[in-house]
Amino acid sequence: MFLSYAFSDLLGSIVKGFGVIFVVLNIVPGLIYLERKICAYIQGRVGPNRVGPAGLLQPIADAIKLLFKEEIIPRNADRFLYLMGPVLAFLVPAAALAFIPFGPRVDTGSGEIDLRICGVDPGLLMLLAVTSLGVYGIALGGWASNSKFALMGAIRASAQMISYAVAAELALVAIVASTGTADLQKIVAGQIAPLKLGGVDNTILPNWGIFHQPIAFVIFLCAMFAENNRLPFDLPEAEPELGAGYHAEYSGLKFAMFMLGEYVAMITMSALCVTIFFGGWSGPGATSTLVTGWGPAILGMVYFLAKVVLVLLFYMWVRWTLPRFRYDQLMRLGWKMLVPVGLANLFITGVLISL
Amino acid sequence: MSQPHDAHKDEDDEVAPGKSLADRMYLPAIAQGLGKTLKHFFQPKATVEYPEKTIYDKDEQSRAIGHANPRYRGEHILVKDDQGREKCVACLLCMAACPALCIHIEPEPAPSEWTDRERRPKVFEIDMLRCIYCGYCEEACPCDAIRLTPKMYTPTVSRTERVYDKKRLLENNPEWQRPQRPKK
Repeated sequence: MFLSYAFSDLLGSIVKGFGVIFVVLNIVPGLIYLERKICAYIQGRVGPNRVGPAGLLQPIADAIKLLFKEEIIPRNADRFLYLMGPVLAFLVPAAALAFIPFGPRVDTGSGEIDLRICGVDPGLLMLLAVTSLGVYGIALGGWASNSKFALMGAIRASAQMISYAVAAELALVAIVASTGTADLQKIVAGQIAPLKLGGVDNTILPNWGIFHQPIAFVIFLCAMFAENNRLPFDLPEAEPELGAGYHAEYSGLKFAMFMLGEYVAMITMSALCVTIFFGGWSGPGATSTLVTGWGPAILGMVYFLAKVVLVLLFYMWVRWTLPRFRYDQLMRLGWKMLVPVGLANLFITGVLISL
Repeated sequence: MSQPHDAHKDEDDEVAPGKSLADRMYLPAIAQGLGKTLKHFFQPKATVEYPEKTIYDKDEQSRAIGHANPRYRGEHILVKDDQGREKCVACLLCMAACPALCIHIEPEPAPSEWTDRERRPKVFEIDMLRCIYCGYCEEACPCDAIRLTPKMYTPTVSRTERVYDKKRLLENNPEWQRPQRPKK
């Protein structure tokens, strides 16, 4: 029943899937460029500016370099798992994107198109289920390399991602409780109307999740960084301690796949964050869940992309601001602060709903 | 009898004195840090984009960095007098002072119409690869005929090009041919 529902429009899903992957794969080089530029600017440097105008072709040069590098597989590595690691690291976050609505439903005249690849009711739960598989790519890659540093990175990554998934999910459960649905498209639809401040209508602030669940937002934000192994929680990669962590033994294109996977995971988490807390694809001019014609739909997609890019910029900004946590600090923050605060938030939400 | 060690006690749980709740929540400090990096994002950058620019360019950016210190000891010049002749009288003091033995001078009698001196260098060569840029030659010179200038990079493709002859030294870094070095 689930499959027949999800893939009733198989051709449409395939087309949308190719579209999303196309956009994501084209954003990633831009992100790598932005990452380097922002890093440089924050550190008082200029950053890449030699390849192409303003260094814009730098990611292409990087990719070509990685393409021509020697592919080294360590002698005692488990070859199959070693090759599966980078594949999973990219595939899992990319698959999770299938549940994100990137636009409203469009009435084309001959039928409705829902602008998400896999339109299931418990989309949020499915997304969490798929993203939690993301640890496999890292864990397998680190273990199969047969290197102690890679293994340490992989162990850290597993522990960290599992711990913070709990906190993230507690934050999201509060959202599900307050919106009454786990369907991401409906969560977006609930955020379109203007925000009511104490019974007073205002015309500026939209009804975004961040205004309803600010504590959940802070918890989710922390967990988001930890899930993606980004600074200040990039212990799995911790360069000074572990070399490069779980991908220490990878070279060439397989390393590029890990890199790609990291950025795709960032995009997925940013997209989820935007969908839940920042109104998804909605915005001025894109305020209807069922539109006729492609104009408002494209506007909605542009809004969505712009919001996602803003969250990604915040990722980078934070990365080049904060130092790395110590491992025990990381665990303490996760289990002793975020999880209890998340539970309390859930409790308060429940009380407020039942009132 | 000593207290039994409490293995389960987490030392980091003890609140450090003077740490308020705001401190322990990290959030104000994080906001402060983000503000700091945002400020630096928009500040002028310290990078001098060599080779388009060098630290000797007189633009504002290079001055702000202050690397182009006039007292930096880089490549030498031979100073010209007001008639455009070299000031050097081939006394060989710089050659004697040089600890790296990189200066090679062959004196010759000055032309008879040069009434102010008896000798001048026929050959004046400095091997820039041997030179340690100590500045002793400059100190030894009684006529202010040799100076070290802040110029430091002149790329060459062969070692022989790094031996500067008299002509090249006279034409090197002409900006530093000023009558007097800036005195501190």
